[in-house]
Amino acid sequence: MKWETVIGLEVHVQLATQSKIFSGASTAFGAEPNTQACAIDLGLPGVLPVLNEEALRYAIMFGLAINADINKRSVFDRKNYFYPDLPKGYQTTQMDHPIVGAGEVEIQLADGNKRTVRIHHAHLEEDAGKSLHEDFHNMSGIDLNRAGTPLIEIVSEPDMRNAEEAVAYARKLHSIVTSLGICDGEMSQGSMRFDVNISVRPQGEREFGTRTETKNLNSFKFMEEAIEKEVARQIEVIEACGADTMEKIQKAITQETRLYNGETGEAKSMRSKEEANDYRYFPCPDLLPVEIDDAYIDVLRDKLPELPDAREARFIEQYQLSAYDASILADEADMASFFEAVCSSSGDAKLSANWCMGELSARLNAEEISIRDIALSAEQLGTLIARITDGTISSKMAKDIFDTLWKSPDKTVDAIIEDQGGGVIADSSELEGMIDEVIANSDKQVENYRKATEDKRPKMLGYFVGQVMKLSQGKAEPKQVNEILLKKLNDLL
Amino acid sequence: MSIDRSEVEKIAHLARLNITEETLAATTRSLGEVLALVDELQAVDTSGISPLAHPLDTTQRLRADEVTEPNRREQLQENAPAAEDGLFLVPKVID
Repeated sequence: MKWETVIGLEVHVQLATQSKIFSGASTAFGAEPNTQACAIDLGLPGVLPVLNEEALRYAIMFGLAINADINKRSVFDRKNYFYPDLPKGYQTTQMDHPIVGAGEVEIQLADGNKRTVRIHHAHLEEDAGKSLHEDFHNMSGIDLNRAGTPLIEIVSEPDMRNAEEAVAYARKLHSIVTSLGICDGEMSQGSMRFDVNISVRPQGEREFGTRTETKNLNSFKFMEEAIEKEVARQIEVIEACGADTMEKIQKAITQETRLYNGETGEAKSMRSKEEANDYRYFPCPDLLPVEIDDAYIDVLRDKLPELPDAREARFIEQYQLSAYDASILADEADMASFFEAVCSSSGDAKLSANWCMGELSARLNAEEISIRDIALSAEQLGTLIARITDGTISSKMAKDIFDTLWKSPDKTVDAIIEDQGGGVIADSSELEGMIDEVIANSDKQVENYRKATEDKRPKMLGYFVGQVMKLSQGKAEPKQVNEILLKKLNDLL
Repeated sequence: MSIDRSEVEKIAHLARLNITEETLAATTRSLGEVLALVDELQAVDTSGISPLAHPLDTTQRLRADEVTEPNRREQLQENAPAAEDGLFLVPKVID
């Protein structure tokens, strides 16, 4: 049987406010345990939560960015369950009247096709604390600094059909929330977490299969792996029991919550539906309904920052970038603005794009740092590129200089070029001298070159070019070296 | 609407209330009486009336996004049965 996968996502986005959603405690990441958990966050008796207006604004901005209906009246509810990282015994969230109604986002796939993913709604809620399962004399340690951090939970429709689409959707949300500036997008710090609902059904079937939910994935890579493993597992379970009708297929899979460990690549069941929580939602009596009017929404709409899709279109138009380059560079607001600064300083958009996507991105990935945290300035990279375009240095030299710049960002590009003995060898007599030296020291290779048939010779040239580049310490222009070498070697024939 | 013993047991478990065997019957009976009252309320025709989220006829006020709460960990942890290295300690959490 041919199977179709059905995926829906619930995405938790931490909002980049200074203080908590209902209290004036700080949300800064990495503080000492429980130093940012106040009486409200701890749920002590007699406290009164008050909604942080910035969290409300951020949620509305997200709604506007996905063309959603903004609900002018929204209500906070209590979701009741017991867990040590939830001190109040309930999570304050929004159930029936979320702030953001239905919207949609467009995703682009590797084959260039576009798809629309519908968003059912997005609501405001508070984050929980963290349990540290280290052994404190058979006890668990609880850090409540994260408790009360504002979140929006974005709930999609089951519109995705494979891991690629789900990852593209998750990346698009990341791109939107960071472009809006409502989330720092730091996945490793848990700023975005994904719950993935997965089911399979025979191709062409309209009814859904039984779904499982894999919770709390915090990287795109882990999400992709988790989806692929879960789809394979479900198909295997169904096929193993020979289910051939939709009813039997649905029965074969247990509706359950699962965990995926990205480090070990193992997935396991957390709890099944039989023991599923009954959350007994009810309106939170401590919080009044939130009411906003059109004017309030219009103010936010008017100052909405540029969104990734618009930026991508502008990059193609303004810098004549390819659709692919534009989509990569426009994706994240920080990279986009860095690229634009490099561009204005170098005056060469295509080369600036190549450097941002190539050398720079490779370095960011290798050192696992964000572009916001680099010491190298866009102006420095721009100057470096300008020195390539004005012929002062070769691309090969530029890579070495980039390396030096990266390590010593206080130096200027021109000073580094000077330190390394100047730019490319412009003087052809100097270059000819080096080429003569290489030829003189390569009797065997010259002999082979002479004896070789004409079609073999171009390949043999590489050795000589390499030697000359080495001798010139990379300062020779390979094209020029090639020309002179060819002439000199052919003179020897 | 009525309620039986097993439902009361389930709700008590969800709310982590310790209802003993001796009080279970009485609790079931008194909860049943509350529900009977709810039944009377349910009988009122409420079509055309939007559900009430809060009895106060006003809306939520908002606060500015400012950090106003200092670190008061020492005082706050005095209330905790157990704390160590700044962490609250609870019976071991099992995944």
